[in-house]
Amino acid sequence: MGAYQLFRLALRGVNANKLRSALTILGILIGVASVVVLVAVGNGSADAVKKQFEGLGTNSITVFTGGFGGGRGGARSQAIVMTMKDVEALQSTEYSPSIKSVVPIVNAQNVTATFGDASTTPEQFQGTTPNIQTASSYRAEVGRFFSADEVTNRQRVALIGKTMQANLFGEGISGVGQKVKFNRIEFEVIGVLATKGTTGTRDEDNVVLAPWTAVRDTLAGGTSVNQIKVEATSSKTTTEAQTIVTEVLAARNGKDPNAVNKGFQVLNASALIASSTSTSKTLTVLLGAVAAISLLVGGIGIMNIMLVTVTERTREIGIRKAIGAQRGAILGQFLMESMVLGAIGGIAGVVLGLVGARFRIVGVKPSVSYPSVIVAFIVSVAVSLFFGFYPANRAASLRPIDALRHE
Amino acid sequence: MIDTLTPQSTSVIDLRRIVKTYDMGEHTVRALRGINLNVERGDFLAIMGASGSGKSTLMNIIGCLDIPTSGRYFLDGVDVATLDEGQLATARNRKIGFIFQSFNLIARTSVIDNVELPMAYAGMKQAQRADRARAALELVGLTDRSRHLPNELSGGQQQRAAVARAIATNPALLLADEPTGNLDSESTSEVLDVFDQMHRSGRTIVMITHEPDVAARASRVIRLKDGEIVSDFRATDPPRPSGATQMMESNS
Repeated sequence: MGAYQLFRLALRGVNANKLRSALTILGILIGVASVVVLVAVGNGSADAVKKQFEGLGTNSITVFTGGFGGGRGGARSQAIVMTMKDVEALQSTEYSPSIKSVVPIVNAQNVTATFGDASTTPEQFQGTTPNIQTASSYRAEVGRFFSADEVTNRQRVALIGKTMQANLFGEGISGVGQKVKFNRIEFEVIGVLATKGTTGTRDEDNVVLAPWTAVRDTLAGGTSVNQIKVEATSSKTTTEAQTIVTEVLAARNGKDPNAVNKGFQVLNASALIASSTSTSKTLTVLLGAVAAISLLVGGIGIMNIMLVTVTERTREIGIRKAIGAQRGAILGQFLMESMVLGAIGGIAGVVLGLVGARFRIVGVKPSVSYPSVIVAFIVSVAVSLFFGFYPANRAASLRPIDALRHE
Repeated sequence: MIDTLTPQSTSVIDLRRIVKTYDMGEHTVRALRGINLNVERGDFLAIMGASGSGKSTLMNIIGCLDIPTSGRYFLDGVDVATLDEGQLATARNRKIGFIFQSFNLIARTSVIDNVELPMAYAGMKQAQRADRARAALELVGLTDRSRHLPNELSGGQQQRAAVARAIATNPALLLADEPTGNLDSESTSEVLDVFDQMHRSGRTIVMITHEPDVAARASRVIRLKDGEIVSDFRATDPPRPSGATQMMESNS
């Protein structure tokens, strides 16, 4: 008996008891749909985390002063003091194959901005250079960025984030060209930064960027540089750039580059992405496993219903055997029937899962993984074959004489 | 498999000292106590007997649905004892056409699909199957009902469809178990007319019945009692006393 005939027989069997078949299919459907959706949610959250780190600039390395953990006091006592001399050392042409730009960041603390009656406190006030645009993915959405000349000429110009703009000028007013007082020192707003959203609790749009020379002159005293951003020439050279930065700074400050507490930290965005990716992979696998269990439960539903079907149709099996059906033909008929249930459930589950993954779920925009869709479908068919085998084999093993006597 | 199905005897059915006992815990039931029976090609044999006489057991053994405890059975010349499960299924498929008391058509399956089923199990091509099924349905006069479902037919029509299914594979033997047991008298004569027609066209028929007027249509009638053949006579012959049967048994 050919596969097509078995398929027709199976369809007839599935059709014979529509409600029961539909409920069984529903079990598989829920399993497959939840695999598709939950894996998509896992992927979506991984994408979101990755995007946040990419906001740091994928090819950029950030140098902070201070150490890891071990109590703040201890770390602070060992912290090195970075200066513009360190920045210049890293800018040496010797390192140009792997380092594209070196960007100093001078933080101004406790700054209050006032414009007319409005007053606000930016989370970050950073003095820097125009290279911050590529190193940290900043962009002037309105107006322009400050130039290298303005840095050299110590111009008091500033770019503000969207939150600052709203707080100072109100929604919809750019404020470009206005003079804003930061702790009574006037800076001219020359641009508004494109939004970067939030990372954790920090509002990345509540920032002010200005030439570091002007910040040094007015709001931040001393000669220290709080952060150095190093942009690698490509994603392939970030590791190399990280090594250079570590060695140069360690050598200049008389530290061991391999020590844990060397007075500064070098953070590599791609390394952070890699570690977060592995974390979210674990999450995705976990979600997928939970969904797979429901698929398994659906498979047990198929087994249950096929056992009932075989019992109900014992007499039919007897007739078929009496007129010469081979064991394989009976086995094939019932396996095909459970496979049809599984495949219909699988297809419907994939459709429902794809529809479900179009919606935002617990704040995550799901990102469908097509391999997971294919795997979920194949597994639904495989599960139905696995769980269909026992009932089908039971049917095939019936003795025709006993089956015929069954009422 | 083809070799084991090659005839070694000319009779369609050749039963030799067939014994069937059932183990019922403490005691054993002897359903058949040494049956010797030869059915030649073209015979129309009726097996009669009261319930419990062993006729159903005999029917199951003849139909390769059950195996005897001892004795040998040659179906169309092949020793059934040498066949495995798959070969038995093949034997049922190719050599026997079953007709049951309760028709046993497959529900929710059209008449023509039912008739095609044994040929489908034999692996026959769709076109050939359909041709033969149509021919068989024409023979039993059901051409206009071929697309109907079994539950849309009268009892007599269902049984004629079952006959069509049994003859479509062109088997060596038609085996009918109380074929008119569930039918009214009109349907009974309808079905028996078909049997007569089959008999005239040279088919071998074995029919179990407990109705004498049904058995009267057969060319040979045997009577079972307590698992033994107590009489065996041909319609054209004068009835033979049971002693003759026993003599025949001891001769073989």
